[in-house]
Amino acid sequence: MSGPTELLLEVRGLAVHYGGIRAVKGLDLEVREGEVVCLIGANGAGKTTTLRALAGLAPSTGSIRYAGSEIAALPVHRRARLGIALVPEGRGIFPRLTVAENLDMGAYTRNDRVGISEDLERVYGLFPRLKERQAQTGGTLSGGEQQMLAIARALMGRPRLLLLDEPSMGLAPLAVEKIFETIRLIAAQGMTLLLVEQNARLALAASRRGYVLEGGRIVHQDQAPALLASPRVRAAYLGA
Amino acid sequence: MDVLLQQILNGLILGSLYAMVALGYTMVYGILELINFAHGEIVMLGAMVAVSVLALLTALGVPVPLALLAALTAAVAVCVATGVLVERVAYRPLRNAPRLAPLITAIGVSIVLQNLAMIFWGRQYLSFPPVLDIQIYEFAGATITNVQILIVAVAAVTMGGLLLLVQRTRLGRAMRATAQNREVAGLMGVDVNRVIAATFAVGSALAAVAGLLIAAYYGIAHYNMGFILGLKAFSAAVLGGIGNIPGALLGGLLLGVIESLGAGYIGDLTGGFLGSHYQDIFAFFILILVLIFRPSGLLGERVADRA
Repeated sequence: MSGPTELLLEVRGLAVHYGGIRAVKGLDLEVREGEVVCLIGANGAGKTTTLRALAGLAPSTGSIRYAGSEIAALPVHRRARLGIALVPEGRGIFPRLTVAENLDMGAYTRNDRVGISEDLERVYGLFPRLKERQAQTGGTLSGGEQQMLAIARALMGRPRLLLLDEPSMGLAPLAVEKIFETIRLIAAQGMTLLLVEQNARLALAASRRGYVLEGGRIVHQDQAPALLASPRVRAAYLGA
Repeated sequence: MDVLLQQILNGLILGSLYAMVALGYTMVYGILELINFAHGEIVMLGAMVAVSVLALLTALGVPVPLALLAALTAAVAVCVATGVLVERVAYRPLRNAPRLAPLITAIGVSIVLQNLAMIFWGRQYLSFPPVLDIQIYEFAGATITNVQILIVAVAAVTMGGLLLLVQRTRLGRAMRATAQNREVAGLMGVDVNRVIAATFAVGSALAAVAGLLIAAYYGIAHYNMGFILGLKAFSAAVLGGIGNIPGALLGGLLLGVIESLGAGYIGDLTGGFLGSHYQDIFAFFILILVLIFRPSGLLGERVADRA
C-alpha cells in the first residue's frame, strides 16, 4: 500500500457470528490516518456489527491491523487504551452519572490532568450546551444532547481512530445538522473517522471514501463523490 | 426504663450490622444483576476467622487491641480471598448464561462454604472471648454498652469509607459506570473483569468487618450463622431498593428497628401466642410485602431505568 498518509486501520477477512447467524462474512476495509470513511447499507447489512467487532465488543475472526499491530485478539479495554473509540449506536450514556462524570469517564485511561482539563474546555467549546448541563445526569438529556455527550466523551480519550455508529439515529433534523456540523469540524482538525450511517447522503457528504455493505459483505467501494453519483447507490440508498 | 426507646436503640445497632451485609448484596447486584446468595457465608467466615484468631492470640497473652486488630486483618484477608475466588471460579464462567444459572450456582457455593466451615471448625458454637470489659451507660431511660457503641462506630466508619470509595475515587467511578453500562465502560478503557473482582473484594471486606462485629454483638459464631443473616440482609437490600447503595443503608437500619420493635411487642400483640423468638419472621414478612407492593424498594429506580 502506498499513499501520502499512513494506513491506520487494515481489516482483512473480518467475520462475525451471532449464535448461528453470520452477520459479517469476510470483509476487507482500510482507513488512512486523517481520513473520513463511511460504511453505508441497509438495515441488517452488518454495519453496526462491523464497528462492534473493530472495537472489541463482538467476537470476530480475521485480521484487524491497527497502527501497525494486530489487535484482533485484544479485549475491548485494551483497544480503547490504544486509541480506538467507539460512539455506540444508541449513544451509551451513563444515565445516572452527571454530564461532567460522563466526560471524566471518557478520560478514564489518562493521567495528564492538564491535558484533560484542556480537552474538557475544548469539548465544552464544541458543545456549549454540555457545559450548561454539566451537573445534570446523563439520563435527563435530550437525544441530541446525549449524542453530543457521547461524541464529546469519546474525544476526551484523545482517540486516534473514532468509530461513529449511526450518529443521526432518532434525532430531530436540527440536531442531526448540528451533529454532522461537528463531525465535519472534528474531521477538519485531522481526526480519523469511520462512520456508519443509514442516512447515506449525509454520511457520504461528510466522507472522503465509502464502502457499501450488503448482507455482511462489501459490494462496492469508491470515493464519496463517485458513490453519490453512482446510479446503483442512488437507487438503493439515496432514494433517487 | 423506656422500652420503646430501648428497642429502637437495639434496632439501630442490629440494623447497622444488617446494612453492612446488605451493601455487599446490593453492590454485586448493581453490577452483575446477580443475587450472590453466598454472601451470608462470607460474613460467617469473617466471624469464624475473627473469633478463632482472637481466642488464639488472647490465650497466648497478646494485648487485646493488638489481638482485635489481628483478628480483623485475618478476617478481611480470608473473606476477600474467598469472595474474589468465588467470583472467578463460580460466577465469571456464567456471566453470559441465563440468569437462573448463576443464581443456582450461588446457592451451591453457599452450601459448599457452609460445609467447609463445618468440617474445619466443627458443629459447636465458638464463643467470642470476653476480652472487652462491658460498661453500661444510661441514655434517656435506655441503656447502651461500650461494646455496642464500638460496634456502631466501626460500622459507621466502614460504611462511610465505602461511600467515599464509590463516590470519590477512580475505582468507584469505574464501578458506577460498569453498573450502568458494562459494554460502554469497556469502551472507556475500564477493565470490567477487574472492576467486578474489586467489587467482590470490597463487599467481602465489609462482610468480614460485619462478621467480627456480629460475633461481638451476639457473643458467638457458628458455621450455620450465615444463612439466616444473609437472607435478612438480602431482605434489607430489597427493602431499600436492590442495587442502590443508600438504599442498603436505609433498608438495613429500618429492618433492624422493625425487627427489634416487632420482637419487643409481638407477645403483647398476639396475646402471648407468639414470643420474641419469632423475631425472624419480620424480615421475611417485610420482604414479601415489598415484593408485592413496591418491588423496586424504597429508594430503587423503576426497573425500566435500569436497562
